[in-house]
Amino acid sequence: MNEFIYLDNAATTRVKSEVFAAMQPYFEAQYANPASSYRIAGEVNAAVENARHTIAAFIGAQEREIYFTGGGSESDNWAIKGVASALGSKGKHIITSKIEHHAVLRTCEYLEKHGYAVTYLDVDDKGFVNPEQLEAAIRPETILVSIMFANNEIGTIEPVRELARIAHAHGVLFHTDAVQAYGHVPIDVRALGIDLMSVSGHKLNGPKGIGFLYIRNDVKIDPLIHGGSQERGKRAGTSNVPGIIGLGQATELAAATLEERADYERALRDHLIARVEQEIPYVRLNGDRTQRLPNNTSFCFRFIEGESLLILLNQAGICGSSGSACTSGSLDPSHVLLAIGLPHEIAHGSLRLTLSEENTQEEIDYTVDQLKKIVERLRAMSPLYEDFVTVQSLTGLNS
Amino acid sequence: MSQVTEYSDKVMDHFMNPRNVGEIENASGVGTVGNAKCGDIMRMYLDIDENGVVREAKFKTFGCGAAVATSSMATELVRGKTVQEALSVTNQAVMEALDGLPKVKIHCSLLAEEAIHAALWDYAEKNHLTIDGLKPPVNDIDETEAFYEMER
Repeated sequence: MNEFIYLDNAATTRVKSEVFAAMQPYFEAQYANPASSYRIAGEVNAAVENARHTIAAFIGAQEREIYFTGGGSESDNWAIKGVASALGSKGKHIITSKIEHHAVLRTCEYLEKHGYAVTYLDVDDKGFVNPEQLEAAIRPETILVSIMFANNEIGTIEPVRELARIAHAHGVLFHTDAVQAYGHVPIDVRALGIDLMSVSGHKLNGPKGIGFLYIRNDVKIDPLIHGGSQERGKRAGTSNVPGIIGLGQATELAAATLEERADYERALRDHLIARVEQEIPYVRLNGDRTQRLPNNTSFCFRFIEGESLLILLNQAGICGSSGSACTSGSLDPSHVLLAIGLPHEIAHGSLRLTLSEENTQEEIDYTVDQLKKIVERLRAMSPLYEDFVTVQSLTGLNS
Repeated sequence: MSQVTEYSDKVMDHFMNPRNVGEIENASGVGTVGNAKCGDIMRMYLDIDENGVVREAKFKTFGCGAAVATSSMATELVRGKTVQEALSVTNQAVMEALDGLPKVKIHCSLLAEEAIHAALWDYAEKNHLTIDGLKPPVNDIDETEAFYEMER
């Protein structure tokens, strides 16, 4: 067993050694700027275009529809601000959901301060956006619908095809933040009707600081980063060559192993969920059981608080994350958990464990064993649990 | 969880090995403060002898690492003290005894101080006493006050 058990793959992943090896030459030997005109620059440029080809083929796009960026947050900012700017004269209304990543939500809030109206769609108790509610929210001045492909906290996979179809039926563009989904579930942008899609490299064993925005041909969008003519004049800045090569290599590996990896992770995930639900009382699984990212688990343990849980898991050598207020640095728990209807005190007891193909059943079993002890320990010192037990015993006497 | 890595060794010690966890049967005074919505609830039990000395203090807490550690330290600080001395255990004293708290966790020390006061108030009420300087407990620590503390 490793010295620690890493169950926070939705936060970031380990760069695979094949990915690192592919990147290395582009730091020292092949350092030329791909935009330059000499032979060694041409070789670098060819490698960049090869990565672009791999990525485009993986999602059923054309090479010229892939624009490299600095990561998922930049891609989200660009998609939303860029479309708002390019189509602002046509209309100033955007529709998104209450469970989006902050890169989408904060961008929308920024636009609200600049004359745009934004509708934040509710989700149901599993985290699904309702297509009928989307349709009802569309106005003549709506220019963009932005709904995430899969949620980063609770793993719910949204009905993207249906949502895109509705947007298109009203002549509205459809953007999706696919940061958690890319490389983990199959995505065909043409078949799904996606117009813009944000992706980040470090969620699929690629490097940090690289991502891309897929922009379907003919979609009107203004640049976010102005400057040189890189990325067909739409995204300035010297190409992050090692990052691009790394993302290309990570995509190639992800494409080759997608199905078997997802099957393995799903089995491990369901084993983890089954053991937690069977062996720990007063727990709830957040999100849907099947329309769920293969590697995501998200629980709420009643009567305890997430940060305490994380510290004790860390002491046991287990890395996880929580949507409790204490871990987010604010006073409110995760907006996603509140949006699916959880009361604050339940949301405070959340724990997200996100797996990878590198995790073993032995690690998962050790984690559940530790989790049982930790939850028991924290409940033993919880006044909420004390009150609950008292009420239980009183009602038990009365019945 | 950046603030977690900012915890002092003392905070971590009092979180990992909390002192005086539990309940006191027929306690002289019990106080519960905070609310579940904000993610922190502290309940303090005091056993006070006929001379007005805190013989025993116990706690139960729902909350983060700092909430547990400040509760634990607060019980340590009031044990063996007179009621008047216990009343003067401030959030500052709790923080100092823990070698400080991350800024965003200062409200936990306010909650610990409030828990002592709430337990003392309960004791005073049960025994028809007046304790100089003791105000009725605030069951819900004002978050704006906590933010105000953070700014200082």
